[in-house]
Amino acid sequence: MQGMIQNAWLVPLFPLIGFLINGLGWKVLPRKVGGAIGSLSVLASFVVSLLLFFEVRAGGSGTVNLFPFIVSNTLNIPFAFQIDALSSLFLLIITGVGFLIHVYSVGYMAEEEGMVKYFAFLNLFVFSMMLLVMGANYLILFIGWEGVGLCSYLLIGFWYKNHDYTSAGRKSFVMNRIGDLAFIVGMLLVLYCYGTLTYADFFPQIGASGDLVSTNAKEWIAICFFIGATGKSAQIPLFTWLPDAMAGPTPVSALIHAATMVTAGIYMIARSHVLYDAAPMAREIVAWVGLATALLTATIALKQYDIKKVLAYSTVSQLGFMFIALGCGAYTTAVFHVMTHAFFKALLFLGAGSVIHAMGGEQDMRSMGGLGRKMRITQITFLIACLAIAGIPGFSGFFSKDEIVSAAYAHGGLLYAGALLGSVLTAFYMFRLYTLTFTGSFRGTHEQEHHLHESPANMTLPLIVLAILSVVGGYVGMPAVMAPHHLLSDFLGLNGAVVNEAGFLEHFEALHHQEWMLIGISSAVAIIASIAGWAAHRKPRFVPNKGLALAFEKKWWVDELYDAVVVRPILALSSAFDRGAERKGIDGAVNGVGKLVRWGAERMRLLQSGQVGYYLFVMVLGIAVLLAIGFFANPL
Amino acid sequence: MPTQYYLFLALAMFCIGVMGTLMRRNAIIIFMCIELMLNAVNLLLVAFSKMYGHADAQIMVFFIMVVAAAEVSVGLAVIVLMYRKVHSVDINILNRLKH
Amino acid sequence: MQSEIEMTLLLLILLPFAAGLLCFLFRPAARPIALATAAALMGLGISAAFASKEGALVFSQPWLPQLGASFSLLGDGLSTMLTALTGVVILAVMLMQMNKPVENAHAFYGLLMFSIAGINGVFLAADGLLFYFFWELALIPIYFLCSRWGGERRIQVTFKFFVYTFVGSLMMLAGLIYLYLQTPTHSYAWHELAGVARSLPAGTQLWVFVLVFVAFAIKIPVFPFHTWQPDTYEISAPAVTIVLSALMVKMGMYGVIRWVLPFFPDVLTQYGNVFITLGVIGIVYASCLAIAQTDLKRLIAYSSIAHMGLMVAGAFSMKSPDVMHAGINSSYSGLVVQMFNHGINIAGLWLIAQMIEERYGTRDLRKLGGMASGAPWISATLVIVAFANISLPLTNGFVGEFMLFNGIFQSASQYHILFMVLAGTGIILGAAYMLSMVRSVAYGELAEGLITPDLSANEGWAMAIIITLIIFLGLYPQPLIQLAQPGFLSWNHVAQLVTGLV
Repeated sequence: MQGMIQNAWLVPLFPLIGFLINGLGWKVLPRKVGGAIGSLSVLASFVVSLLLFFEVRAGGSGTVNLFPFIVSNTLNIPFAFQIDALSSLFLLIITGVGFLIHVYSVGYMAEEEGMVKYFAFLNLFVFSMMLLVMGANYLILFIGWEGVGLCSYLLIGFWYKNHDYTSAGRKSFVMNRIGDLAFIVGMLLVLYCYGTLTYADFFPQIGASGDLVSTNAKEWIAICFFIGATGKSAQIPLFTWLPDAMAGPTPVSALIHAATMVTAGIYMIARSHVLYDAAPMAREIVAWVGLATALLTATIALKQYDIKKVLAYSTVSQLGFMFIALGCGAYTTAVFHVMTHAFFKALLFLGAGSVIHAMGGEQDMRSMGGLGRKMRITQITFLIACLAIAGIPGFSGFFSKDEIVSAAYAHGGLLYAGALLGSVLTAFYMFRLYTLTFTGSFRGTHEQEHHLHESPANMTLPLIVLAILSVVGGYVGMPAVMAPHHLLSDFLGLNGAVVNEAGFLEHFEALHHQEWMLIGISSAVAIIASIAGWAAHRKPRFVPNKGLALAFEKKWWVDELYDAVVVRPILALSSAFDRGAERKGIDGAVNGVGKLVRWGAERMRLLQSGQVGYYLFVMVLGIAVLLAIGFFANPL
Repeated sequence: MPTQYYLFLALAMFCIGVMGTLMRRNAIIIFMCIELMLNAVNLLLVAFSKMYGHADAQIMVFFIMVVAAAEVSVGLAVIVLMYRKVHSVDINILNRLKH
Repeated sequence: MQSEIEMTLLLLILLPFAAGLLCFLFRPAARPIALATAAALMGLGISAAFASKEGALVFSQPWLPQLGASFSLLGDGLSTMLTALTGVVILAVMLMQMNKPVENAHAFYGLLMFSIAGINGVFLAADGLLFYFFWELALIPIYFLCSRWGGERRIQVTFKFFVYTFVGSLMMLAGLIYLYLQTPTHSYAWHELAGVARSLPAGTQLWVFVLVFVAFAIKIPVFPFHTWQPDTYEISAPAVTIVLSALMVKMGMYGVIRWVLPFFPDVLTQYGNVFITLGVIGIVYASCLAIAQTDLKRLIAYSSIAHMGLMVAGAFSMKSPDVMHAGINSSYSGLVVQMFNHGINIAGLWLIAQMIEERYGTRDLRKLGGMASGAPWISATLVIVAFANISLPLTNGFVGEFMLFNGIFQSASQYHILFMVLAGTGIILGAAYMLSMVRSVAYGELAEGLITPDLSANEGWAMAIIITLIIFLGLYPQPLIQLAQPGFLSWNHVAQLVTGLV
């Protein structure tokens, strides 16, 4: 299928059509038709993406110019797509995982009134996500970037009658907007320094002989983009929207808030790796922010009781890991983890969705327990996902996470220790989650117990597929000591799409025993932490948390802090402006002018005393004065 | 007779008119004083006309007399109305504008 | 053939004027007349815009030769874009009005049409006196419209609005007359005035600048001349509000671009930063105020002020007018795009506000809610327009704002980055207040027993126009961007165009 790349616009076209049909016909279409249209459109995109993938693997790559978007005499930004290894890999993840989640949604949302609308939003999301990864310049990326934000907003607030949900949606959009502003600043800086936003024009200029832009400026560009990424990919300081975003339907959490949208920041930095290689300071920041986020949110995940909240914090934490990798210059490693994470985290969320479905909407793990007996498929697939995310050898997460930890090791001891601690915490809280939910005895009400059932086939099937992927997905990127080729790295390196910074992999070339040692250490801590997580929660007792545990449970009071430092002051300022500056100050001044005129008029009016004699006197006086003036001005 | 006599007479008449207008409260008297001033001007015009041997100024006198006549008719009508309303021709009673 | 196209310029002014007279003459037919005129105006405006891509349209006839004023019209990309906007907006307004009864309809629509004639005249006039004439022609009908068909407090508010803007107009007239007296030939022609103004000494330039600028600043409105606006928007009838905020506000912005920037280069080089600062303050301040509002209309009013602030900052970041005409800075393209799009978006918001108020009987955000269940299509349009208003990419709002940000960023001002970042906070705060508004209106439970009918046919058509433009121009803004290119290539170029025909 040569020449598929020139038809790459088909990929976003299908979801767009799906969106239009479902969006315009959401009132009349039957639910099943809406679901079918939604799922099939993504399937069609998946097929095209596969074709693209094979063509790229055969060495193809290219740019598709669709039409001029913003073209004036100072700007030249075409609406163009770029297909290369990175974008085709992301397309596969998005359409593949996306399709499975669409299928799952057909079952999950079957009772929902607004199901057709839901699929319209979901298709719009897939469309935007494709623009994001296919765009040939930062502006198209930004279109997708904001587009996924819109869909995230719409889907978080899908149950719009609940005020908490809609305010969570608003929060996610506004927080993302903060990052987006930085992203815009970054784009403008690129335009200012390099005069283009197109990747193919921009990256070759960096470090080229004619590159007069100072390193400082590059650092700032990189930092601005990274701030944008902290918004979309939920890193410190803009991460608090993601846990709240769990208000949306669970498949949405799986697709948007775990597998795809939140990895947009990683995609963007991997895409801009040339820039980040030229900005060492910015990369250092990326690594440390990633580590801080990974650890902070992992500790929070330790003490959450809401099953989706645990997964949400775990997502933030895993994203932190990916940023550690990016910061170390291990770009392909980050993309690798994006891929494996997409599999197992989507699986975890869908499994959690299955549990919530069975529990009739209950999300508190304190009311669960022993569900494994009633929902065997969910339990097994969930266990596989837990093993994968915990980094147990043999599962996909092991390979990608091991690579990240190695990258951190190559970067420095402290980062390595932090990353290792992060993976210990991950394994611990995941097995806490698993143990509390699936093992032991049921702690919920009798009714709930009666209601428990395994989910229908269209929900379990995606679970099984994802479980298989969660196991085998890691074998595309085996460490150098185990396999001669790192398949994923080789693929991503095609045509130089994404290359790890020189010096990272070479570090281990000569030190095979060191690499074996690292693998041994991370496997050991993962296994020990997993067992500890299981053992500690086998017979759970729920007592009020104290001390550090309370801080974990209360999320370190970050939300409260933001509320006190940012939200309230702005609201206070607003109402102060409204009541003070606006009404009393400026409008007062304007009205003051009017009042002054009126006041003056009141005084002037008194001159008209009504006494005719007085008027006559003034008149005569006036004549006398005029005569005098006339006389003195023009003496005879 | 030298012209300045007329000038002094006209000046005197004019001043009497001004003073009368300013000091008196009776509308009719004020009215008469205004007439006095007009006639002072008329006198001046005639005197200068004689002095220069030029008739133009006398045309102005006719104008003034016509206008004064018209003014008198309106003014007296106003005063009559005023008297009917307030039974007085005292100008200080007409001070309603003040409020 | 060319002259026929150029007659469209005249028609753009005469047609609404004649329609206004007809409304008064044939009272029962006032609404159909106005609707037909609106449709014709849209067609004329758009065709003029397309024609102007080939080169600016010019129309010139002697008017008051004794005063040196001629009836000369110039339709370049900027002007025809605005007349096209007028046509689109007034058509949407008229469609929306089709099922809304108005007292004394003939007078209402007649005055509206007079005002439209004035607005189109302002956008096209290439003669100082003519410009002033149309400026007042646009304003005076609005005064009657506001004071007769408004809400509570209308007399008081309209009086303030009228006096405020009128003071500005008179200052502008004084400035124009001053420039007129300086011209060697005693002419009001645009190029003569501009030529004289540019050669004035810097100190004099500043004074004349202040005189002319204040009129526009009040109209736009630039912080701190904005306080008439929320009150006026709040009390006036929805159709009038739309004319005010989508069109008359553009008169001010247009005035700045056409009658200020090319006139006073020295002032701009010296004090450009001051005006960018005013624009930026306007963005942040009005956005903050919008957050604090509980009245739907006031919220939209402040949001409009914030958006205009960005345009002001962009306009003054062009710095030297010659830079503008040479097209080095993308602010000018951004302004052309954003002026159109802001007109569309704000008109959409007001139309929706009108529908909401009719259905709920209140504008208090604390009492609204649940429209997504009661009237889902209105809610959908609300969401689309709201996101366009906070410049989501692929809606029309984004393109212009991006180009304006770029323009501010690339400007010669030494604080360019700071200005851009502060201006950018508008998109964060904008998201905050717009989404809060959407949340209060559309989400939540519908009050018990309240029936909110969904879009009626004519409302649907009005919104369809708005939304089609939002999506189309968001996806493919080239038609607008191209309008920013020819015709306005250089100050001298326009001067030649106009002189060639006088």
